[in-house]
Amino acid sequence: MDVRNKVIEIIAEQAVMDVEDVKPEQSLDDLGIDSLALVESIFAIEEAFDISVPFNANDPGSGEFDISSVGAIVKAVETLVVEQG
Amino acid sequence: MNRVVITGQGTINALGRSVAETQDAMREGRCGIGPLDFRDVDRLSIRIGGQVRDYDAEDHFNRQQIALYDRFTQFTLLSAREAIAQSGLSFAGDLAARTGVVLGTSGGGLNTQDENYRSVYEDGKNRVHPFVVPKLMNNAAASHVSMEYNIKGPGFTVATACASSNHAMGLAYQLIRGGSADAVVTGGSEAMLCFGGVKAWEGLRVMSKDACRPFSANRNGMVQGEGAAVYVFESYEHARARGADIIAEIIGFAMSSDAADIVMPSKQGAARAMSGALRDGGIAPEQVSYINAHGTGTAANDKTECAAVADVFGAHADALMISSTKSMHGHAIGGTGAIELLACTMALREGVIAPTIGYEEPDPECALDIVPNEARDAKVDVVLSNAFAFGGFNAVLALRAV
Repeated sequence: MDVRNKVIEIIAEQAVMDVEDVKPEQSLDDLGIDSLALVESIFAIEEAFDISVPFNANDPGSGEFDISSVGAIVKAVETLVVEQG
Repeated sequence: MNRVVITGQGTINALGRSVAETQDAMREGRCGIGPLDFRDVDRLSIRIGGQVRDYDAEDHFNRQQIALYDRFTQFTLLSAREAIAQSGLSFAGDLAARTGVVLGTSGGGLNTQDENYRSVYEDGKNRVHPFVVPKLMNNAAASHVSMEYNIKGPGFTVATACASSNHAMGLAYQLIRGGSADAVVTGGSEAMLCFGGVKAWEGLRVMSKDACRPFSANRNGMVQGEGAAVYVFESYEHARARGADIIAEIIGFAMSSDAADIVMPSKQGAARAMSGALRDGGIAPEQVSYINAHGTGTAANDKTECAAVADVFGAHADALMISSTKSMHGHAIGGTGAIELLACTMALREGVIAPTIGYEEPDPECALDIVPNEARDAKVDVVLSNAFAFGGFNAVLALRAV
């Protein structure tokens, strides 16, 4: 599975946007993804790739999983897929 | 309007099997949170909690009772036994009809649900015990208190997630104040520490894997607890006429709804509940010396709660004390407000303020006197107890020393 396309598809669904409108440089704020949508996105990513994402909603900004932009999330998921694959 | 007082209190929770044990632990700042111990805990990513450890139902109840009493009902009955014994009341004749039971819980018989779903889904069994329904229902605990003690007045269960027992105690207060009852057995209970209960909470990603550190800058989430606390609320006249020992007086109560978000707390909603309780009790903000905080140890709650306190109390916010005992007994969800009220009665009666333990780093967004790590001696006259639930339902009680 192409990680990048799948992650963007998940984020686009949460943002209620078309896949082609989601750009790697955009932040979750730009896309209007709030804390609940973020937790749902992480869940969808875990289910899609059968991985475990280190993420605590109390401190979403720091920690091992970089969510600063769509591109950063794609990269972090790629790393986890390799590590846990 | 009748004045309302507390004449009995009882509890079982991670800190102790009685009020004395629990308040001793609060005084010593002892932590009741530790590794969880139940079936399939190895399949959880969250493995700590404020569990009532080394608890054996058979030490307290016979086989027929255990067939009907979920863990949350057992906790309720043990707490009610202590509270009613302390009150000295026995319910017969007119008093039975003039006494109610109003209890809070969120999950009700969740252990019963978990065990029986496991049995039919995982083990493939096609038959469950005949008493599954009366054992798991949310009002089972209140009903068994009514049956055990012959309480024949108003009886019901309140479920407002983390505010359940504050709502229950507030309604008990209103029943007596308004003249619908002379006494009400009230409080709440929760027993959600089982595989399914904790697995569901894991999903929200708000649980800490290591500790509950309310108001600390490095806090990383809530830790779940379990247990119950039950009180006898009684009209002041009734209590005085029989020469009862009065523990404290309830003087105000308010509820509010955020009407905003299903999980994120609202500063306005919390502030409206606190200022409402002050107004209800005719209390000036400066009279309040201690607030038992909701203080869950999540990023969102603690900063929102502190901001709400600052809004309601203005400059006095810096003079009052506010602590979260969830750091010691964990978040007992629908029973938590009842367990936490023990910190309020300890403050009013013994002049000891329970600490917020696990405090490590100041957070500029929680810059109040949170009584860090060590209990403090202080004479207090009026206190508040906060509860703010998922779903945006808030309930705040005000108490006074007698």
